[in-house]
Amino acid sequence: MEKTYKRDFSTWREVPIGGIIPWPGTTAEVETHAWRAYRPVINQDKCIRCRLCWVYCPDAAILEVDEEYTTPSGRKYNISYRVDLAHCKGCGICAYECPVKAIEMIPEER
Amino acid sequence: MSLAQVVERKVERIAATGNHAAAYATREVDIDVAAIYPITPQVQIAEKIAEMVANGELDAEIIPVESEHSAMSAVVAASAVGARAFTATSSQGLELMHEILYIASSLRQPVVMALATRALSAPINIWNDYGDVISMRDTGWIILFSETVQEVYDNIIQAYRIAEHPDVLLPVAVTLDGYILSHTIEPLELVTREEALKFAFKRPRGYRPVLDPDDPITIGPLAAPNWYYEIKRQQIEAIRNAGRVVREVGREYGKIFGRTYDLLEPYMIDDAKIVIISLGATASLVKAAVNRLRKQGEKVGMVKIRLYRPFPAEDLIKVIEDVDAVGVLDRAVVYGSPTEGPLFNDIAVTLATRGIHKLLVSFVHGLGGRDIFVNDVIAMYKKIKRFAEEGRSPEKTVFFGVKGEEV
Repeated sequence: MEKTYKRDFSTWREVPIGGIIPWPGTTAEVETHAWRAYRPVINQDKCIRCRLCWVYCPDAAILEVDEEYTTPSGRKYNISYRVDLAHCKGCGICAYECPVKAIEMIPEER
Repeated sequence: MSLAQVVERKVERIAATGNHAAAYATREVDIDVAAIYPITPQVQIAEKIAEMVANGELDAEIIPVESEHSAMSAVVAASAVGARAFTATSSQGLELMHEILYIASSLRQPVVMALATRALSAPINIWNDYGDVISMRDTGWIILFSETVQEVYDNIIQAYRIAEHPDVLLPVAVTLDGYILSHTIEPLELVTREEALKFAFKRPRGYRPVLDPDDPITIGPLAAPNWYYEIKRQQIEAIRNAGRVVREVGREYGKIFGRTYDLLEPYMIDDAKIVIISLGATASLVKAAVNRLRKQGEKVGMVKIRLYRPFPAEDLIKVIEDVDAVGVLDRAVVYGSPTEGPLFNDIAVTLATRGIHKLLVSFVHGLGGRDIFVNDVIAMYKKIKRFAEEGRSPEKTVFFGVKGEEV
């Protein structure tokens, strides 16, 4: 299919026929953030790295990254959590489930 | 191919109903999958295909389905893996398919459907009118009307060639007037399977995107506001261009088999002052009426619209350019429309957008299978002539033959 269709198209003449997706594994390329009204912001000091937000996120938009972090009180973590803002739809499940209220939903201003 | 060669072709001529002709056509083009839910007056199509598969005359999968919604879903899916798929229905069955009709055309699946036309409920009525086919007018299907049993057969063979053309890739519906064609036995000239498959050849797998585990694609995903509009625009272009392919295919069919088809068929049009336009089997009746009126010295002609969608606007303008008045016979209604005749509305828009003014009369007739006869068409002609003499188009549709309204 890569021979028939270009990956980047800009007009109706070039879109793949019938709205098909001509190759697999493209979900990650589709940005789904446009309708987000609130953005989750993780407080790295409050976060206890329990991974519950990562588990609950319906869009796999919580990223676990190998990034060391030391809190002001001296607690050291080997990992951190970040938000994939290209895919986060702003549903707020992460903030609701967070047991230590380390995630705040901030209004998006576009 | 010269005329002599055409004549030399050995043809088997049989007697067949429209339903059987439709089934035979699917045998000739060697369909791979049939999913048909039985409904009057289309049942014999399903029966005959099942019989041919059981006899070993046709090597196809029959998918037993529990509804027309499933039948249409099954043929869309079969087509999505590259199969040559066929279904048939009528009336309420078509309405139950409705959701998937849009999906078939929007996913650009070249399925073919025979539609034995029948009035819509309520009240329940099993006889012929075009209420069902008109309801699928806007679903993005190519729609071919048939006038005779032979045309049902020829149209279905051509339908596969049209639908599967790389510039088209759209589903095609072929109508046969319920009972008038579906159950009436007429002479039918058969085409051999070899000839049919040479004409409506099966293209190599992969010439269009199909589901294949070795080259995975997604058919039918969500399209967000950022691309939906463009996908639709491309589909509009496909059906706009389909008329050209329908014409090419009809001409080639004529060269090989001796019966040429065009988008529409004018009859006695050359010096005509008044023209009557109709669809399907009604056209035969109008031709007979034109013959009778011509004997009386009336300058009348007729146009049969064969390709209803995409509407052959340019072709129609060419043939009716010089006439004074046009009467349009509709066997269906568009409720609440400024004029209730669906074909009439297309013709009025075709003329108006080109700045052509003609005296137009919209007739609705024969709803729910009420027969009309040659004399009825002659009465309609006289009515058009009366309007022409008065020099005004009626603002409203004339409901011909309904009890309580005078014509």
